[in-house]
Amino acid sequence: MAVLLDENARVIVQGITGREGSFHTKLMLEYGTKIVAGVTPGKGGMEVHGVPVYDTMKEAVEAHPEANTSIIFVPARFAPDAVYEAVDAGMKLVVVITEHIPVHETMKFVNYAKQKGTVIIGPNCPGIITPGVAKVGIMPGSTFTPGPVGIVSRSGTLTYEIGYALTKAGIGQSTVIGIGGDPIVGLTFTEVMEYFEKDPQTKALVLIGEIGGDMEERAAKMIEEGKFTKPVVAFIAGRTAPPGKRMGHAGAIIMMGTGTYQGKVEALRKAGVKVAETPFQIPDLVKEVL
Amino acid sequence: MSSQSKNPANNHPLLFRYVSHYTSVRGTLKLFEYEAKKILADKGVKIPRGVLVAKGEDPIAKAKEAGLEPPVVVKAQVLVAGRGKAGGIKMAKTWEEVAKYAEELFNKPIKGIVPKLLLIEEAIPHEVELYAAIVIDRSARKPVILASQYGGMDIEEISKEKPESIIRQHVDPFIGLKGYQARLIGKKIGLKGKALASFSKFLTALYEAFTEYDAELAESNPLALVGDEVIPLDARMIVDDNALYRHPELAKERFEESGEYTEWEIKARKMGLAFVELDGDVGIIGNGAGLTMTTMDLVYEYGGKPANFLDIGGGASAELVKTAVSFLMEYPKAKKVFINIFGGITRGDEVARGIVKALQELGQLPKPIVIRLAGTKAEEGRKILEEAGIEAYTDPIEAVKRVIEL
Repeated sequence: MAVLLDENARVIVQGITGREGSFHTKLMLEYGTKIVAGVTPGKGGMEVHGVPVYDTMKEAVEAHPEANTSIIFVPARFAPDAVYEAVDAGMKLVVVITEHIPVHETMKFVNYAKQKGTVIIGPNCPGIITPGVAKVGIMPGSTFTPGPVGIVSRSGTLTYEIGYALTKAGIGQSTVIGIGGDPIVGLTFTEVMEYFEKDPQTKALVLIGEIGGDMEERAAKMIEEGKFTKPVVAFIAGRTAPPGKRMGHAGAIIMMGTGTYQGKVEALRKAGVKVAETPFQIPDLVKEVL
Repeated sequence: MSSQSKNPANNHPLLFRYVSHYTSVRGTLKLFEYEAKKILADKGVKIPRGVLVAKGEDPIAKAKEAGLEPPVVVKAQVLVAGRGKAGGIKMAKTWEEVAKYAEELFNKPIKGIVPKLLLIEEAIPHEVELYAAIVIDRSARKPVILASQYGGMDIEEISKEKPESIIRQHVDPFIGLKGYQARLIGKKIGLKGKALASFSKFLTALYEAFTEYDAELAESNPLALVGDEVIPLDARMIVDDNALYRHPELAKERFEESGEYTEWEIKARKMGLAFVELDGDVGIIGNGAGLTMTTMDLVYEYGGKPANFLDIGGGASAELVKTAVSFLMEYPKAKKVFINIFGGITRGDEVARGIVKALQELGQLPKPIVIRLAGTKAEEGRKILEEAGIEAYTDPIEAVKRVIEL
């Protein structure tokens, strides 16, 4: 068992002929991910690392009706179009790696996907990996190993760091999800936690947050209300970050009292979460709760 | 950044509240008051009659040409927050005062920024000041309208003193703001009759501006109620700079004028580097905001002080790495440099090539450098570095300890 990504995933890579798309297609294939097709408009008929390329998602899905997941490496200007194309082609899970997508665009496609029942991970994220089974993302596969701990993170590279620390300590992971660093993302902490709550393989959760926004506070509230019952260990990046540039007065008001390192740590501790001071304390804290 | 606390952020809980996820990596683009007002005027909003005056121009002649008569308001066009409190807005009752205040404002830095333009506007007598804004609500993943009958003061003050007066209304991004929603908000802040219609029309225009310009914030404070009509006395817009390709007319560089960046931050931005200046002496380069911030936190934890935040982002080329390394070699606060890379989309071999290139161009590295490489192509990267005589660590703690003892 795992969440959102298991051995049934059949993947289409959108933007497969680009530098990053092609490089990570190779790495995903080597990891064992079942990539059935790629899409790049105008490049239909090509092959990338043995994967057939189509001009459109529609053609790709017609030729490979088993496809249920897509990963997007399309440049920011064209990425929203690729998301709609994936949703309309019936994908159940869409991972958006692309960064620098205008937030107004993200706001729209995230709402659209929700209405259509498609789960979006990202944008601006490392993707998802179920160690030993499949990865749909750009994380280095060797960093992770199968086991009982779920990881959800707003940061990419920090997720690799912490996954690596856990793996070195002999603690494997059920599924690792980088939800992305943009102000608006398709899948939030609490939404991911709903999946982990139901997953029997996951015995504990590592939550990797950052300053800004209020997703960590919302996660804390969910735990306090008893809607997430598994032990949680957290790390929040940005303890020593300087007071940042302002978002503007009106932006501040929605987050009244939330968004600081201190506020997040207090909210999590109050909910009974063990908060690590450095990423490298996480394995020990996880051992205590497992 | 304060040096009293090990965790300086803790000394600024109020300021810290405004940090959005990407402020340190990705800038936002603020529009000048006159630009925001022009956008609203183009959407049919009545704005105060006014004229822009540049330094060296005759403010009186320009104002007369525009048909203005004292009393007028002389306003410094700067992007810094708290302009009014800092003395950037003057009421001139006579032509002499217009000349005097114009002279004064052109020579008076506001939070370090001297205005290049002044806006001279008719003074509009009014008794009621409203507040209206549209922002993106991250949690709801929708735009939200904020309105209050207590405009004029800071929104923080309103929310502290009269939190119940702030009306919030979410908007479906596909459907947009509907007239009835705007009227409901108007009613809730106490408007009726023609004033309600005028407010509703204004809010609709503000929403159009918000979406058309990819704004993260569109705000008017104060929004004056003059008889039955609302008139924005001030207007602010912040545009998402990821969307600038759609607004080439806004894409001129203006971060120097915002007053929010130091000399080295401006330099870095011109080179395409996401850099924030700090007060310590350990130069830091990381990949990804989370890891770079954590690298700062780690340096603190082990007794050092970071001199900066520099995130090379995802998938950095050797060229970008070279630029970043050379930049920190020049940046005087950094006495040594710690590069912490965990590769995903970033490749260790590219990073290594960039470091070696910087080394070759500089002849020798003027400052000690500690490198930690892990993840994608880290092996290859370490080999490239070793061949160039540079040691690279795998373990981040060993690397941090090394950089602190240097």
